Amino acid sequence: MNFIESSFIYWFFVILLMIGLYGAIAKVNLVKKLIGLTIFQTAIILFYVSIGQKKGAGIPILDVGHGHGPPPEITAAQYINPLPHVLMLTAIVVGVATVGVALAVIQRLYAEYGTVEEDEILEMIVTRE
Amino acid sequence: MKRFALLFTFLVGGLLLWGSTDFPDWNDPESPASTYVSNLYITQAYEKTHVPNLVSAILADYRNYDTMFETTVVFTAGTAIFLILRLPLGPLARRRNTEHPEAEPQTLPRDPILEMACRVLFPPTHLFGLYVLTHGHYSPGGGFQAGVILGASFILLAIAFDLRATLSRLPEGLFKPLTALGVAFYVGIGVVCLLLGKNFLDYEGLRAIFSGISPQMIRSHGILLVECGVTVTVSAVIFAIYTNLVSRGNHREGL
Repeated sequence: MNFIESSFIYWFFVILLMIGLYGAIAKVNLVKKLIGLTIFQTAIILFYVSIGQKKGAGIPILDVGHGHGPPPEITAAQYINPLPHVLMLTAIVVGVATVGVALAVIQRLYAEYGTVEEDEILEMIVTRE
Repeated sequence: MKRFALLFTFLVGGLLLWGSTDFPDWNDPESPASTYVSNLYITQAYEKTHVPNLVSAILADYRNYDTMFETTVVFTAGTAIFLILRLPLGPLARRRNTEHPEAEPQTLPRDPILEMACRVLFPPTHLFGLYVLTHGHYSPGGGFQAGVILGASFILLAIAFDLRATLSRLPEGLFKPLTALGVAFYVGIGVVCLLLGKNFLDYEGLRAIFSGISPQMIRSHGILLVECGVTVTVSAVIFAIYTNLVSRGNHREGL
């Protein structure tokens, strides 16, 4: 029981990552590939955020008020690890921007070849040469 | 191919599950990630920066270079979208366009309920974005989140009205330079610190400009300044991504 409690969340991330990886490799449609990559990225982000978790600790915002009175004693056990949150906060926004770039590339490919299926595009490139 | 992909996926998944047995227990306060540097952040960040939100303090002070280059990545992504979608089409697409010319875009019928709801929603959304930016020191928030909210408010405008009406108010010539301006402001803060005799992005240098402020408070103000730069870049890039993707780069007709 203790084993399940301590590591079931890692299984969840691994399964999510496998779904994303399968989508990115096996699908021929470029948009579906991109969806797979996004699921993969989500698994990594959730994994990082879960690492910061500590039992019995609160969110990493100190309970100090706005400069009224002396600041209370701060111990590390009271607050969860803020570092994974910082890393993933930027990773999410950068992820949105890179997905935008990927969609732009796909849109351009569609304008050029009239399809988003990878094998058809490859065929058209080969026959054109 | 599909069978190989399935096999490979299960191989990777099995290896990761096998590796996860060596991981520290989830929720464990004594895990390696929560012991060394993280405890220093929690116990010392407030004394040094006077920012209760540790995430903001680390994002824009301790890991300042990281955030600066993340902002640069966002700016680069926005520029890449312009370069990919705004350039003229290649030979195949040109031939198809001459054979089957695209229909002239039609203006959608206007919906008064939608437009009125958008008129009411737009200013509070903007205000909320600014609140998230300026209150990021004391509550969850900061530059990236505020930028996304501000960008979303412009997208709301573009969805409720049509794209051309939105672009006439917020033209490309305005939001394209804004993507660069935010990054330039961020780097400019660092250069000012450098010129005032401190290290790059060491906010203590700004004390020469804002006189009579404690070294902790100047870090708090410096964090707010660079977050403003982040907000400008992120909101402009989010709107640029939307306008270019939704109109296939020609900025004529949106959703």
